[in-house]
Amino acid sequence: MNILVCLKQILDPEIPARDFRVDTARREAERGSANLVTSIFCENALETALQLRERAGSAKITVLSYGQPSSEDSLRKALAMKADAAALIVNDGNANPDPLTVARVLAAAIRKLGTFDLIMVGREAGDWGAGQTGGLIAEELGMPCVSFVDRIESEGGQLRLKRQTDTGWEVLEAEPPIVVTVTNDEHNLPRIPKVRDVMMSYRQPLTKWTLDDLGIEANEARAGNTYYQVAELFIPQKETRCEFVTGDTLDQKVESFAKRIVEVTSAL
Amino acid sequence: MNDVAICLFASTGFDKAAQGLAGAGRRFADELGGQLRAVVIGAGADTLALKVARLCDTVIVADQAELAEYQPETCLSALARLCADLSPRAVLLAGDTYSQEIAPRLAYRLGGSAVGDCLEVQVEGDALRVSRQVYGGKAQAVIELKRMPAVVWLRARSFAPAPARAEVGEVTRAALDIQADTRTRVVERKREEKGEARLEEARVIVSGGRGIGGPEPFETELQPLADLLGAQMAASRAACDAGWVPPTWQVGQTGKKVTPDLYLAIAITGASQHMAGISEAKTISAINTDPDAPIFKHCQFGIVEDYRKVVPLLREKLAALQK
Repeated sequence: MNILVCLKQILDPEIPARDFRVDTARREAERGSANLVTSIFCENALETALQLRERAGSAKITVLSYGQPSSEDSLRKALAMKADAAALIVNDGNANPDPLTVARVLAAAIRKLGTFDLIMVGREAGDWGAGQTGGLIAEELGMPCVSFVDRIESEGGQLRLKRQTDTGWEVLEAEPPIVVTVTNDEHNLPRIPKVRDVMMSYRQPLTKWTLDDLGIEANEARAGNTYYQVAELFIPQKETRCEFVTGDTLDQKVESFAKRIVEVTSAL
Repeated sequence: MNDVAICLFASTGFDKAAQGLAGAGRRFADELGGQLRAVVIGAGADTLALKVARLCDTVIVADQAELAEYQPETCLSALARLCADLSPRAVLLAGDTYSQEIAPRLAYRLGGSAVGDCLEVQVEGDALRVSRQVYGGKAQAVIELKRMPAVVWLRARSFAPAPARAEVGEVTRAALDIQADTRTRVVERKREEKGEARLEEARVIVSGGRGIGGPEPFETELQPLADLLGAQMAASRAACDAGWVPPTWQVGQTGKKVTPDLYLAIAITGASQHMAGISEAKTISAINTDPDAPIFKHCQFGIVEDYRKVVPLLREKLAALQK
């Protein structure tokens, strides 16, 4: 089985809100002292792929990213987690490409890399969280798509996908090739690569392509976003003053806390 | 060309999200000076259509056997064809699993642009602008859609319903020749038994975080408290990832976006990705040992104590007050 996993490198979403700034003119987050990390759902997707390979016995996992040159680190980490091959499409102009641009670039790279039974992406990225890459790649490649998958089994050429819904879960059977978007559950927390594997990963081959290599028109992905564009980006000012209940004893504090709750809920 | 279409799945019924969707659609269509059209899909669509017709100018029922149960590929092609026929300025969907799954693909097939988890839609001249949270709720963005139609999935419960109108919209059955696309097939559907009612519909929510420490206190401490308050149970990502509670309980940027009147956060620090899921809650309150926990910045009232001490006592007090 040939599996492709798309990875996006983003600003570490765990940085505290007080350290988070945006450049309202450029409509981007400021890097500040934040680390760059692989978006979590992308790593959940890779972990799900690795587990599928372990159960299936054999499969080749290729990781792919479209991003700044620093995205190589995300791909190296994926190699350290034991992905088999890696390719980077270097984004050399469009700072914040829209979802359709991203999907077109990734789809072009996927065509050039070969044929895949399973294409996996995170359900949404931890920065812009558009949640569109998977669906749009599927459209570009003419494949079906299933979202919010957290477990995949391979059975005699068919795939069995378990996915989360608003009220529970569903199981789908699917014929490859297919695109899935992956969400997290307790079974696909990304593994921590061994230090030795991290060091080794920097000696492994890594394909680097430009948009020209993919035959993508310069203007198409570099100049402008034709799908949508960010018109404004700001940090909303919303401060609420919390009233802490007081009292000399725990009993008194909980008593007034209970009263406040009753006030709010009895009005319902 | 100034019409607005809304797409509803019969399986979710006329819940708060569907009402919010219809309300948002009505106001938006009025603003554009267009008609509000609804497409209702799935088994039971005719029943839902009667309710929706009170709010819309026209309603199309798509309940053919192939569409009775949601199947991603078949449903998407049917919706794409029905929406193409309506040639609306915008297609609005609720933020449920199925809508999120197909909205970008629907936009692609209609030659439009999609954007999701929308909190506000604005018309500015020829442009459509949509507000949404980004960076895990730390920032807000206004996205300008470049192509038509705009396919927008809403954080639907954040939108007020519209009052029923005197006129009732015309209901027609879709004339569609549908081929089932079997490349993917839903073969099993399971509703999570715990937390049966939908979290997004809850008026009171009792939610636990990493600080709860394990699965047991959710059952022995938080559940009885929730029962007293007639509340639904929820949890932070940390508690769900740990496997303490089902993933359907998760509230946050990557879980449910809830809009209760009271959200009681117990042993939840309040990471911004969690807060992104409760920004539309009316009242937020917290129990936490750390007075500097970010959650308190969003609370109307709170108590700085260990929940293990507070919750049993709180149950006693609430029971006494409710008598």
